Formats: sequence, C-alpha cells, structure tokens
Amino acid sequence: MSRWAHAAARRHRVLRFRRTIRAALLLAAILAGTRAQAQAESPPVLAIVGGTVRTGEGPDLPRATIVVRGERIAAVGPDVVVPTGARVIDAQGLIVTPGLVAVQAPLGLLEIDLEPSTVDASAGTDDPIRAAFSAADGYDPRSTLVAIARTGGITSAVSTPTGGLVSGTSAWVDLDGERVTEAVVQPVLAVHADVTEAGVDAAGGALPSAMLRLRELLDDARLYARRRADYDRRAMRESRVSRLDLERMQAVLTRRVPLVVRVSRASDIDRVLELARRERLRLVLAGAEEGWRLAERIAAENVPVIVTPLHNLPVSFDALASRHDNAALLSRAGVRVVLATPDVHNLRNLRQEAGNAVRFGMDPAAALRAVTVEPARVFGMEADRGRIAPGQLANVAIWSGDPFETTTYLVNLLIRGRTVSLETRQSALLRRYRTLTRSTPP
Amino acid sequence: MAAALASSVALVVASCGSTATAPSVIPRPAPVPSEPPPEPPPLPWEQPPASPPPIDSPLIAIVGGTVMTAAGETFVDGVVIMEDGRLVAVGPRDRTPIPQGARRVDATGRWVTPGLIDAHSHVGVYAVPALRATADGNEATNPVTAHVWAGDSFWPQDPAISRLLAAGVTTILVLPGSANLIGGRGVTLRLRPGRSVGEMLFHGAPDTLKMACGENPRRVYGERNTAPSTRMGNVAGYRAAFQGAAEYGRQWRDWQHQYRLWHQKRLRYERALDAGIAASPDGGVASPPDDPGPAPAPPARDFGKEALLGALEGRVLVQMHCYRADEMLRMIELGRQLGLRIRVFHHAVEAYKVRDVLAREGIGVATWADWWGFKLEAFDAIVENLALLTEAGVHAVLHSDSAQYAQRLGQEAGKALAAGRRAGVAIDEDQALRWITAEAAWALGIESRTGTLEPGKMADVVVWSGHPFSVYSHVDLVFLDGVLVYDRTRPDPSLVRDFELGLTEPAP
Repeated sequence: MSRWAHAAARRHRVLRFRRTIRAALLLAAILAGTRAQAQAESPPVLAIVGGTVRTGEGPDLPRATIVVRGERIAAVGPDVVVPTGARVIDAQGLIVTPGLVAVQAPLGLLEIDLEPSTVDASAGTDDPIRAAFSAADGYDPRSTLVAIARTGGITSAVSTPTGGLVSGTSAWVDLDGERVTEAVVQPVLAVHADVTEAGVDAAGGALPSAMLRLRELLDDARLYARRRADYDRRAMRESRVSRLDLERMQAVLTRRVPLVVRVSRASDIDRVLELARRERLRLVLAGAEEGWRLAERIAAENVPVIVTPLHNLPVSFDALASRHDNAALLSRAGVRVVLATPDVHNLRNLRQEAGNAVRFGMDPAAALRAVTVEPARVFGMEADRGRIAPGQLANVAIWSGDPFETTTYLVNLLIRGRTVSLETRQSALLRRYRTLTRSTPP
Repeated sequence: MAAALASSVALVVASCGSTATAPSVIPRPAPVPSEPPPEPPPLPWEQPPASPPPIDSPLIAIVGGTVMTAAGETFVDGVVIMEDGRLVAVGPRDRTPIPQGARRVDATGRWVTPGLIDAHSHVGVYAVPALRATADGNEATNPVTAHVWAGDSFWPQDPAISRLLAAGVTTILVLPGSANLIGGRGVTLRLRPGRSVGEMLFHGAPDTLKMACGENPRRVYGERNTAPSTRMGNVAGYRAAFQGAAEYGRQWRDWQHQYRLWHQKRLRYERALDAGIAASPDGGVASPPDDPGPAPAPPARDFGKEALLGALEGRVLVQMHCYRADEMLRMIELGRQLGLRIRVFHHAVEAYKVRDVLAREGIGVATWADWWGFKLEAFDAIVENLALLTEAGVHAVLHSDSAQYAQRLGQEAGKALAAGRRAGVAIDEDQALRWITAEAAWALGIESRTGTLEPGKMADVVVWSGHPFSVYSHVDLVFLDGVLVYDRTRPDPSLVRDFELGLTEPAP
C-alpha cells in the first residue's frame, strides 16, 4: 500500500468519525492544534477583522472576526476577541467567504490544450476503461493554471482526468504548496465516467456499448473482489478490464469513493440513476444539462449534481433542453447542487457561474454553498473544508465586494492558514507592460 | 453566376455606347484631338449602395432609469425617444420633453444602453447543435477562399440567434472560421429573426474580409502536408493572394483604359460616318477612320480576387485573427508592402504589448476579457488588455467568438473594466460599455449608424433590470430599429426557431 493510500485510509476513518459526531470535530481541532504546537513552539495566529463573513452555513456575520491558529480556524463571530500578538488582516467593508472548490476540471494536468507535450489529462489509450489512471500521478502544483485559479478565490480543486468512458481517478488538491505531497490531499477521491458523446465514442459509438462496458466493469470488479486469489492463479474467468482498474473499482463498489458520471440527456440520467441504484453506488451526476426534467427523482435518490449554470444552448441532441435555470430548478427540488465552470484555464470564473445561477433563480446562499461546502461534502472532505467554522482548515477568501460580481476582485486568500500569493504569470506580464518604454522587451 | 454578371456588365457598357449614336443630318466638325475621352465604364463591383428600406416604428419614450449612452454621457434619470427606426432624443428627463402621443416605457430603477454588438460571431455558420451538418464555418479546402461569403452558410434557424437577442445583442458580424489564411467575407447581420440571411442583413454595412495569422492555418494545412505548414508559409500565402488581386485590379483598369480608347475611336468613327452620310451628295471627302471593331471584352470575373482587391482599396474591412504581438507587427509591415490596411486584429491577446503601434496605425483590437492558454499563441493574455488598449487610444472591442460568451458581454466588460482599474487605468463605465457597442460598431464600419444612444442613430436599445455589467441583471426589453423585439415578461413564441419546436418545453 502506498503512503498515500495509508494516509487516505487513515483520513477516511477520521472522516467517518467526524461526520457522525459533531463534538469530535472540536476535539479534532484541539488535537490538530496540539499537533501543530508540538511542531512549532507557537503556531502563528492570525485574525481577519471586521469583514462580513459568509460562513457557508447560517446567516451572514456582519463585522465579524475570524481567528486562525496555525492552519485551522479557531473562532469566528462578531464578538470574538483578537488574541494578543495576532497578525491582523483588516477586512472592514469586505466580504469573507470560504475558499471556493473547483470540480470536474483537469487542473494541474495540462498547460496548453493544443500542445500534447503539456497535456497529461487523458490516458489516451484505445481502452475506454481507465479507472486507475490517477490525476494524483500527474498533478503539478506549479502549473500556471493553478495560480490563475487562486485569483478567483479557489483554494481546492478536484483535479479530474478526461477522456475515455471511464476517465480515471480524481484527486483532491489544495492550491498551495510546491510539493506534490503537500498539494495532493486525497489521491483517490472519485472515479469519473462519461456517457455523453465523447465517452460513448470511446466505447464504440453507441450508448448501449457504453452501458454494457460499465456494467461489465462493475460485474468483473465484484467478481474480482470475491475471487482475488483465483484471479492471481488465473483461475477466474478472463476479464478485459486491467487488474489495476479492477482494484480501483473496489473503492467505488464499497462506496468509499463516488462514481461521478458525466451525462446530459434526461433519459440517460434516468438510466444512470437506475444503474447506480441497482449497484448501490455513491453516484454523482455531472453536466446533467437536462437534469431539471428529473429534478424530483434525483432529489429522491439523494444524488448530488454538478452543473454549469451558463450552459443554456442546445449544443447537442443530448442536451437539447439545456437551460439557464437548471441549477435553480434542481436546487429548489431539493437536489444537492455543486456548480462548476468548464474552462480549466479560467476556474477563476467559478464565482461568475454562481452569480449567474442566482440570476436564474438559485438562492444566493445555496449558490455559495454550491461552490464551497457542497463540493466538500460530495467528495467527503467536509470535515476539514468548505465552511468558515471552528475546527475547519482556514481556506478563506476575502473579496472587495460581492464575490459573484465580475467587478469584484480578490483581496486576500488563505489556504490552510497561510496567506498565499496572488501573483501569476499574467500579473508579471502586466507589471512588465504596464508602461511601454523603449526598454520594454519586444 | 460569374458569366451572368459579366454579361450584365457588358449590357451596361453597350447601352453607354449607344447613347452617342443619335443620327444627325447636320454636318458637324470632326472632333478636336484634344477632346477628353469618354468616362470609363464602371467596374462591376462599383455598384451604388442599395438604400435601406424605410422603417416604420411607433413613437416610444423610455422614461427614467440610468441611460448609458456609450457616447461619453450617462443620464441617471434619463429619457430615450425613438420613432421610425431612429433615436429622436436622448437626455436627462428634466431637459428632454416627451412628445405628445408617445408610448411610455417606464425604466425607473433600470438601466438603458445601446443594443450590443458582437464583432466576432460564428452564429449561424457554426450553429447549435454542433453537428456535422452545421459545421459550415470553414471552407477548409484551400487556404485562400476569399470568394466565399459567410452569408451563404448562415442558417437563420440557429437556436442561438434568439438567445443572443434575449441577451441584448442586436448586431453581429458573422465571420468564417480561422482555418484559412483568407477565410472569406463576413456578413453583418441584424438579430431580427428572419427566414433568410437576406432578411437579416445590415443594409449598407461595409463588406468585411476574414483573415487568420499564426497557428490555425499552419496546423490545419500542415496536418495534411500541404501549404502552409509554417508561419513563413502563411505569409507567402497572403503575399501570393494579394499579388494576384493587385494584378486582377490592373487587368480591369487596363480594360477600362482600352475600352476608353476604343470608345473614343468608335465615337469618331460614328461621327465620321454621320458626317460622311450627310456630305455624300457633294462627294469625295477624306476616307473615314477605320471601324474600331467590337468593344474589348472585360476580363473574366474572379470573385475571390475582387474581395481581396476590395481590401487593398479599403472598401472591404480586413478582420484579422492574430494573437501574438510580433505577428501583428509583421502583418502591419506586410500590409504596408502590399498596400493593405487592417481594420481590426481579432483575439489579439498580446495587443497590449504593441498598443503604441496599434494606436499610431489606427488599427482596432477585438478580444475577450480573459480567455487564454488553449494554445501557445494565447499564453500571454492578460485581463487588463482591453483597458490598456483604451488608455493608449486604440479602438478596443470586446468580442465573443462564442454563442455562449455572447450572452454575457456586459459581465465580461465589467470584468475587464475592474481589472483595468486595479492596474491604475483611469477608465469609466461608459468606455467599457463602448467595447461592446460603439467600438464594435467601428470595427464593422457602421459607427455612424449604430452603437450609441444619440439622436439620428438606429433605435437599437436595451433596457436592463440592473446594471448591465452585473451578473444578476436580466435584459428586460430589446428594441431593434425602434421595434420591441424581446420582452422578458412576454416570451414571443416566434423567437423559438423552427428547429426547437417539439424539442424543448417550458420549465415546470
């Protein structure tokens, strides 16, 4: 077992514990604090003072103070006292939110789409099943795209492979740290499949082929689980799924990780819901352009949905009923909605997507949750991330105004308690060319 | 088609000649040799512009609301009056009388702007759904296809059309794609849904020519192992094309010259014949001049070369896809050598690096607020691009290149404005609004007719529920030529294109 896998298993046990007993959350915070204290004499203390805090749960806290000890939030509220010696960030007149979470994007896996030498997002094999293909093995924390994402208040991302019918395994990354081990928090986060046109094409071009391959994959993985020894002795019937893919699918079958399925058409959503119900999977729908047509059913199955609010064009026959209010309709029906923005180079625009979801009827608080705590919850990271609350990691964005407005900018960003640089390649270019002089390089 | 047009030219020419042959019985002196030759026949592309059809629209007064004119002024409590397709008056409420009988539209608490203009669209030529059958935007069978016209690909049933209109867009320039060095002519359209491209034309808008630098043409053709496969191949391709066009122009001018000489001879001959006939009873005059024979035939028409010649002569506005600063400078230099003026560099994410040159040359830039990184030539984009260009005095335009993006031009303008202000650029909201209105109109050569809220301009007006740059703002009303074409509270079934009938349904 890899170091990551060990760490993941440990974290997972901790997570389950925390999920059920709220008090344990505080205990964990204290433990974390103790650990941090053991490492350094006194953890740095930081206070964000005077801002309007949108915590990701409950009402806004006007003129509130957030105290951060080490990497975690120690206290938040209007009456919280700033500890002596704390570094103070003045947030008066500013809006403070949890750091945003970008999902369904190959962040850190590519630089320039049209330059294959810079693209590590897709396995690129003929085999459409690539469950074990792991974003964690390719993620680059120094990617130019990561720094740009940070300027949009993104503190974490679900770095997601692309291509194939089963694209691979995503990783939860925090957008700080220069070492892979620092950035990659959870290397086996979810397995991602795609039954829209691209995925279906990879499976041969017909939807039944794609469904068949998915069922075969699940079936073989169950058989493999029961007969691992036989498999190793070659006494199990042959499977065209690779051993590592079968192995990875165990996490899906045991519901340890969700299966995220990209799907557009209403009837296909129906079909995937049915498959997940029968196979007892932790399903997450992504895209779901026609999801609003099945909003009640999706809500009843308690399946979260990742949607892009600005997608309103009938771009394919599978997405003819795309509409701007998809997120709003799903949310109002009680579906857990996560918002996403499609351009991996511009994950900084996630907040604009959220604003547009509000324009078309989504509750503003729900829209904020849909880019913070909901993605954390859907991917099992909510014990540490997604809210501004004691015990949570201090992933905090401080904005000049309403974060959903494009005229608002990010003033300050904390990831795991540290103020991170908002410098990017683009800000360096701006600095060089802000004034044109003879000495400005051509 | 070519033959038909050529023969129609010949007819015009023939009728010109016949007017001079009125019979006469009175002897006239022979023409003095210094008499100026007759006017040259018109060139086939020198047609007088068709006058736009008259527009009948009611007298409407939009009253109250913040009127952003995109002409430098904003009226916090403003009035916009329009009739018969034109803006009649725009001003503050206390100084703008509302005429008797005007239909009032209450805009209190709302914002009013000119209709938005998208200077780079592929709506209708890359229609949705994106299917094999709807990919009509690149005639990628030859790197130079100046003879094609985007209007001939335009599908008026594209479901994107009504969505753009509902987002406040009233005019678009539909361009061929960028697979080719010279992709063909664009078409400037009014987003009034029609049954044909002809019903949507922006009458009198200048012709445009789509060109592309950089990665796309060399990739598309390089992958087929045909030219161009390099940037030097690109430039050689432009050179050859415009050289051919210049020679084509010379052929026509030569023909004009030859025709004038022939015409002169012909006139002399006819007069001599007339004179001879009249003088014949006296007999024995000098022998008449030779019969000049038939008129010289015009050159064969080449519509591609005609478009290129139009660009060389400034009649056709060059819209050039070009990302990199060094390539823009190279194109300017090449343009100087060829006698080619570039109207606008499109995409131009590095324009900020050469904004001094662009300002000096009077070349505009149409770009996004923040797209970057999808290819190497888009790697150096910065969000401050538009603001820096504006500061430097460049015609700066925020374009979409996407039917999705075109539905949020206001939000994107706000984004670029905010970035510019943070960089210390002194720029106001009116200037940012101009990126998607007045400057876009300039890019298309229609700036004297639309793009601002000023009396005399086309009555293209958008009423917004809030600030046009806000993510929360809806477009409430759209007037096009003074006619209400979109009302958010009263969905117009006719805006649902045929394609969508029976496929989409209203929300529960």
